[in-house]
Amino acid sequence: MSETMTFTQAYNRALDEAMAADSSVLLLGEDIGDKEGGGTFKVTAGLSTKYGERVRTTPISEQAIIGAAIGASLAGMKPVAEIMLMNFITVAMDMIVNHAAKLRFMSGGQTSVPITIRTRTGAGIGAGGQHSDMLEAWFCHTAGIKVVVPSTPADAVGLLRACIEDPDPCLFIEDALTRTVKGPAPVANHRLPLGKAHVEREGSDVTFISYGRPMQDIRKIAPRLAEEGISVEVIDLRTVSPLDTDTILASVAKTGRAVIAHEAVRSFGVGAEVAARIQEHLYAELKAPVLRVASKDVAVPFSRVLEQEFLYKGSDIEAAIRQTLEPRAPR
Amino acid sequence: MTASDSFPASALLDVYRNTLKIKTVDEGLRRLIMSGAIHPVFHPPTGQEIVAASMGAVLEPSDYLCTIYRGLHDQVAKGMPMKLIVAEYFMKTTGACKGKGGAMHLTHPASGVMVTTGVVGSSMPIANGLAWASQIKGDGRVSVACFGDGASNIGAFHESLNLAAVWKLPTIFLCQNNRYAECTTYEDATSSKTVAERAAAYGPNMVGVTVDGNDAREMWTAMRDAVARARAGDGPTLLEANTFRFSGHYFGDQDPYIPKEEKEAEKAKDSIGRLRQQVLDSGVATEADLDALKAQFEAEFEEAVEFARASPDPGLDEIYKDIYGAA
Repeated sequence: MSETMTFTQAYNRALDEAMAADSSVLLLGEDIGDKEGGGTFKVTAGLSTKYGERVRTTPISEQAIIGAAIGASLAGMKPVAEIMLMNFITVAMDMIVNHAAKLRFMSGGQTSVPITIRTRTGAGIGAGGQHSDMLEAWFCHTAGIKVVVPSTPADAVGLLRACIEDPDPCLFIEDALTRTVKGPAPVANHRLPLGKAHVEREGSDVTFISYGRPMQDIRKIAPRLAEEGISVEVIDLRTVSPLDTDTILASVAKTGRAVIAHEAVRSFGVGAEVAARIQEHLYAELKAPVLRVASKDVAVPFSRVLEQEFLYKGSDIEAAIRQTLEPRAPR
Repeated sequence: MTASDSFPASALLDVYRNTLKIKTVDEGLRRLIMSGAIHPVFHPPTGQEIVAASMGAVLEPSDYLCTIYRGLHDQVAKGMPMKLIVAEYFMKTTGACKGKGGAMHLTHPASGVMVTTGVVGSSMPIANGLAWASQIKGDGRVSVACFGDGASNIGAFHESLNLAAVWKLPTIFLCQNNRYAECTTYEDATSSKTVAERAAAYGPNMVGVTVDGNDAREMWTAMRDAVARARAGDGPTLLEANTFRFSGHYFGDQDPYIPKEEKEAEKAKDSIGRLRQQVLDSGVATEADLDALKAQFEAEFEEAVEFARASPDPGLDEIYKDIYGAA
């Protein structure tokens, strides 16, 4: 089978399969109905026609959207809320951080909030400072919510489906720039486990850890480095939080070197957390400092040249990997 | 007013019963705090009993409630077992939330108490979601969002009322207007003369009503009408219940910002005493009946306190429990 699909088709397929399988799955968000064009990014195209009232276009009211999803989930539904762009999620932070993430704990396990929040973001499309941010670290900082970022269309199907079926709130982040990238389509009703990283490529010299867009870069870089005799082990986190520390540590224990890459800005980010966990457990085994590749600590600029300057680059990833391999004096 | 005219004596007694129960728990908890037996952050509902009592008398156990940090009266009126409330105030593992939520987050789905939020206004967006689920399922349940006059100025209020009106949800927005947003007067914080008149901004699907929330007849009748409207699928109501808060924003707040005369005038109204007299005048209960009721609630409270005292603290392993469910 050589069927392929784009990321956008993958999200649509996961939603369609979930709605067909379970009548408690509901969709809500701005412009998501077919009357409004099936969503700003066409992810929900066709679904309101197929599932009627279970797909509801909302006012531009992010707090009300997430609140409605939370409330419906408390009554046994499985709502999937679309927040058109990740920067707009800031309007709903109270609902997500104070309520969705904490109700299970604060109620002593009496209630749960099995909602999925789909959102789209990513720099590189000329959208400027309020339509491009990767804000995943904010949510990783809050216990009770799962943060998921797919890096292939097939993973997108499997992970989104898993989010919808999960008993807890999940934030599912879709990359704006790579939405038309194609990959092999998965089998019907594909699911992947949450909280489990994927060793995508085995290697022995250095471990590369990432999620989302930089995975597209490493898939080009790692084979090239292999030709030079540099063996990179590639880990796709898939679920950023809760973090699969075991898979990371097992790999870095083997390689002794690690590079972490994310599109989000560098400081206080996921990379810092991964690096901290590695050194806490594997200080004696490390052959080089753990390095981070990330975008610059500024607002996403509008100008194309500035936006490219802001973004991490594939060449940064390659340089970091080479840097960890430079000979250094024994400690 | 059309359907609003009948207020059966049985309803009067229901409201009084709930009021007495709320008063018993509220006064009992204050005594425990004053004696140093418990030390929760507590936002007393003293003065707002009849509002919640009337709400509880109208709602079915299966209806949903989302309330706020000042929510003790709402929780009791909705039927939450006293033992579970008191044990939670004692921070014990036998409390409704295993001692992990506390006074500001009491939850008991079996009584319909789905969320108690510590964030002003956040009861409203969630109540809409519960109402949306009821609308889809056609189960006839209504959802009540309790909040104060201060919350009518937060963004969640506007987003929620608009969505409820557009979707014609069975949500009742019960604004308990106690005239003070924490320490700021209604007039200093709120642009409209009443909260209920803001309903007009949400079109014909939203009804706005202002009542004397401390008058059982007015409050019960307005609540009954709002519930009937929601159950019939006719849409949401913004019900503003005027009331008063006697014990400050939080327990220990001496509320120097409330003029003495204002408080004295409210005290002089003796809303609960008047309600008791109405019950007696109606003939639905005697003095002896009401005294027996009081004794019954006091005994129930004492039993709850004994239960809480005898209960263990949460085990330290609870700290990592109830974060994620079993996938």
